Amino acid sequence: MKYILSFVLNGQPVDVLAEPTDTLLDVLREKLRVMSPKRGCDEGDCGACTVLLNGEPVRSCLTLALSVAGQEVMTVEGLSKNGKLHPLQRAFHEHYAAQCGFCTPGMILAAKALLDKNPHPTREEIVEAISGNLCRCGTYQEVLEAVQAVARGEYAEVKE
Amino acid sequence: MKKRGIGISCNTHPAGLKGGGDPSQALIRVKLDGTLDLVIGAVDIGQGCKTILRQIAAEELSVPLEAITLSNFDTDIGLMCTGTFASRVTFIDGNAVIRAARDLKDKIKRFVGSQLGVEPEQLEMADNRVFVRDNPEKGMSMAAIGAAANWGGAILVGTGAFTPGAGQDFDPETGKMTAIASLAFGACVAEVEVDTETGVVDVLKLVQVYEIGRAINPLLCKGQINGGSMMGISFALTENLFPYYPAVDFAPETFSDYILTTAADMPKEMIYDIVEVPHPNGPYGAKGFSEMTASAAPPAILSAIHDAIGVWITDYPATPEVILRALEAKSTS
Repeated sequence: MKYILSFVLNGQPVDVLAEPTDTLLDVLREKLRVMSPKRGCDEGDCGACTVLLNGEPVRSCLTLALSVAGQEVMTVEGLSKNGKLHPLQRAFHEHYAAQCGFCTPGMILAAKALLDKNPHPTREEIVEAISGNLCRCGTYQEVLEAVQAVARGEYAEVKE
Repeated sequence: MKKRGIGISCNTHPAGLKGGGDPSQALIRVKLDGTLDLVIGAVDIGQGCKTILRQIAAEELSVPLEAITLSNFDTDIGLMCTGTFASRVTFIDGNAVIRAARDLKDKIKRFVGSQLGVEPEQLEMADNRVFVRDNPEKGMSMAAIGAAANWGGAILVGTGAFTPGAGQDFDPETGKMTAIASLAFGACVAEVEVDTETGVVDVLKLVQVYEIGRAINPLLCKGQINGGSMMGISFALTENLFPYYPAVDFAPETFSDYILTTAADMPKEMIYDIVEVPHPNGPYGAKGFSEMTASAAPPAILSAIHDAIGVWITDYPATPEVILRALEAKSTS
């Protein structure tokens, strides 16, 4: 049995057919072809599938798709504006905070959720915010430095 | 009680297979608009060889980095390369790219010479163009060369290949040999804090130095050192496929029980330095070193644990259970 699922994806309303057993990750990747959330472990351990649900980071592999009806979902695709990268994206790029890149979308969204609530976090607060996202390349130091650079205001939002 | 200790390790690492049989090839062609395609077989797994090999080609051919597109995605038409392993790609593919670029440079000069009616030896290549040495006004931009060659029925392709020697000059008496494959050297100091009640080990500080010939891209080298450190801490303290080997009980099946280091395990201080002693056979003196960044920290950490609590852990990883059992054995003996 399929249901029509309506929610807001990166600021745009979307309608998509979903089964009750579909996860948000299934719907994003396989139905809507939004590919930045990665299917890493598919059981909530690795954080590569992180998306923002009403601004909060959630594991999209553990979130049933139908549970996000009427709510706001954000992926990395929604970060850049008019082709201009978000400050976090530029900082990650310039600090080499993405090596193979598999964990990067989740890392960026975890960092965004932190900075939206707490624009000037301490080292410990940043570490805690990204500690649910595994990176096998071990880029944690570079991610930390990138987030700290954004928090210091080194990557101002590009004017539209 | 929390006890602190300091340990040190030294390591060395060759690039690729020292016995030979470890080749890579590279090919560069000039496109219609004068930009270049660089074709290699090596895979970029995040270490950044797509950047480094383009940097090398751009340096040799005096063209901007943005003018070079790297292709390594098709294994059917891709070139020979034994793979991305053993820190070999910068050293071996880098040498192959230098040879391909020099071959292409010769061919471009011969083509431009025929176009301008001058000897190729009189030509220089700089700033994205080829010109007569004694009369720099007379020359062709890369864009003009690309158009003239490709529309004129010519094809400008440079090829190169490299393999380290087989090391046959090994002297069995002294062990002396010519290390044509590079040898990089490293040292690591770790400071740890061991909780003797819980067995948990915290790595507080890592100080590392690597002698890598030349850092072709210092930012990528930093990424390898810091990333390798996190893998090393993982090997030393948490990762274990068979915790009760040879018994297979309690083998981990998910990331909940096969524990990788996270940002929370990062030492508060990660200090590193790079020493550059150019290797005679490396591209611009560079050696391969990435893999050794993961093997430097573990022995330093185990030494630091010994310094802290006076027991030698001889098997990785030093999990809390291993630490507590070792402390118990020490107190009962």
